[in-house]
Amino acid sequence: MKKIFAFLSAFMLFAFMPASVLAASAAETSVDPESLRGTTLYVYNWGEYISDGSEGSLDVNKEFENRYGIKVEYTNYASNEDMYAKLLGGGANYDVIIPSDYMIERLIKEDLLEKLDFSNIPNYSYIPEEYKDLFFDPANEYSIPYTFGMVGLIYNTAMVDEEIDSWDVMWDEKYSGQILNFNNPRDAFGIAQYYLDIDINTENVEDWQRAAEKLKEQKPLIQSYVMDEIFNKMENGEAAIAPYYAGDFLTMADNNEDLAFVYPKEGTNVFVDSMCIPKGAQNKAAAELYINFMLETDIATANANFICYGCPHTGVQASDDYDLKGEEVLYPASVDFKTEYFHNLSPETLSLMTNLWDELKIDGANNTAVYIALVAVVVVVIVIAVVSIIRKKRRENDN
Amino acid sequence: MKKGTSLGARLLAAPHLVWSAIFVVVPLLVVAFYAFTDSSGAFTFNNIKEINNYAGTFALSIWLGLIATAICLVLAYPLAYFISQSKFNVQQTMITLVMLPMWMNFLLRTYSWMTILENNGLINTFLTWIGLQPLHMINTRGAVVLGMVYDFIPYMILPIYSVMVKLDHSLVEACQDLGGNRIDVFRRVLLPNSVPGVVSGITMVFVPSVSTFYISQKLGGTSTALIGDVIESKFMTSNNYHGGAALSLVLMVLILICMAVMNRFSGEDDLENGRLTV
Repeated sequence: MKKIFAFLSAFMLFAFMPASVLAASAAETSVDPESLRGTTLYVYNWGEYISDGSEGSLDVNKEFENRYGIKVEYTNYASNEDMYAKLLGGGANYDVIIPSDYMIERLIKEDLLEKLDFSNIPNYSYIPEEYKDLFFDPANEYSIPYTFGMVGLIYNTAMVDEEIDSWDVMWDEKYSGQILNFNNPRDAFGIAQYYLDIDINTENVEDWQRAAEKLKEQKPLIQSYVMDEIFNKMENGEAAIAPYYAGDFLTMADNNEDLAFVYPKEGTNVFVDSMCIPKGAQNKAAAELYINFMLETDIATANANFICYGCPHTGVQASDDYDLKGEEVLYPASVDFKTEYFHNLSPETLSLMTNLWDELKIDGANNTAVYIALVAVVVVVIVIAVVSIIRKKRRENDN
Repeated sequence: MKKGTSLGARLLAAPHLVWSAIFVVVPLLVVAFYAFTDSSGAFTFNNIKEINNYAGTFALSIWLGLIATAICLVLAYPLAYFISQSKFNVQQTMITLVMLPMWMNFLLRTYSWMTILENNGLINTFLTWIGLQPLHMINTRGAVVLGMVYDFIPYMILPIYSVMVKLDHSLVEACQDLGGNRIDVFRRVLLPNSVPGVVSGITMVFVPSVSTFYISQKLGGTSTALIGDVIESKFMTSNNYHGGAALSLVLMVLILICMAVMNRFSGEDDLENGRLTV
């Protein structure tokens, strides 16, 4: 038995030797990656937000596993709010998360993020100055930018034959049933707020109610509130108009050349998604190793080419392998409309917003026909019950 | 149960009791606790009061759940009878076919209904191809009911089938000997004897239909927000565990009431005694 074990361990050592030699040469962090071999790293990221090996791309997580022998448990979320709920629920542990700006601000405020050890992340030097010390992390202690972008309108030119330049098309009855909207309150309210020229970070109750009214007015025209389902729906021509993140438009346009994109003149939301380590991470050293790995130029280039979002990385921008250099949608030459970041809202405003959102979702549920039908069912049930009791009594009397 | 259950039997039951206590009773208590407290942990009725706002959503959920259950019953009953009357081999194959879809996660199956029902989906592509007008199916309440029926019908077929397959055929013969025609056989033998299966089938279809959220989100578009959607949003979007727990509690109570009403039907009245009154 012992012999077998010895043989096995010798074999393992031999099998992993080339990889470990390679690893030592690639990483220059102060963490010794060898000590992390065999551990597991839990990464929680947006859907379709990493180069995953499909369509001949590089499988980034696999590459990391091969190089460092650290197993990557990779899971997805569809919105910042989903991610926050999971994190708060506490049932799951994550080592790396990639939330957006306003959510990072909230997480920092609620003491849910670990400070990063930047000596373990030397590739931070690739981040351009304008993406350091952003408002949500002013001293840049908790987060490292991964992508940036803006929200715009995607439309199908086969179904929309006018030039679109405004959010008002989302309220146009001509396109009733062909419009999609975000299935998360922040982005959906943002559109109504830009359309009504309300500050997207307002703390004014009336402003939020006005935006909610506007969304209620829009609801009958909306086909569905969606997040990742939008890819299928826009690519198949199932819907004509949808607001979404610019980078995802490029992915969709690859599969349907009728799709077009515009930044509405009323202005739009700009965002940065950054890599962070949540409090309670079990494998912080590996998380920092992973973040540093994600910032390596060739890895970051593979990701940038795959997810098509704006890439805040000087190495990628200089790389010849980067396919989207100067892409007008991602890097518009001039921005002549209002662009703003979402900021974290006060707890009161957050709860107001989510209540208004719930109200919007169930708007129109008060349907008298349904009530009448239910009452009818109850009456029928009572009648049957009474009849059967009477019959039973009668039979008992007969006996 | 007989008096003085043996120690062995009690030991065998123990794991299940512990399991139920930890994973059923304790969570229910936690739900109740959240439902009656506010975010500071103080006792309050406000969460329950706020449910008034969702009366319409409750009504819609129960209504659609009832429709789905009724359709399942109508479809499943003859099928279960047919299967139970077939040869043994055929029965095995049919039951496997009924269960086959359950080998795949129901989220995936619901998702694929989107592709089938969409305006440019499989059905409409076919309709246009043979020269008919395309139908608008996705994002309607009909689509939601269809999704419920499709996802939950095995839970109706299986219990009815398992009751019917055990039915003593001599009862049917006795009924015929006593001059009963086909309708009598159905009304006085088949129906009363299959009631337990029907009741558990109805429970197993109605409960998940009323509380579903995924089906309505994927197939209902904006037309159908069910109570499950509201609960999901309370937990996932608003992080309002107290409101969500209150809604869940009320939903549970409503479902229990529906179940109690139905169990009265199966338990006491003449249906159960039907067997004796042939």
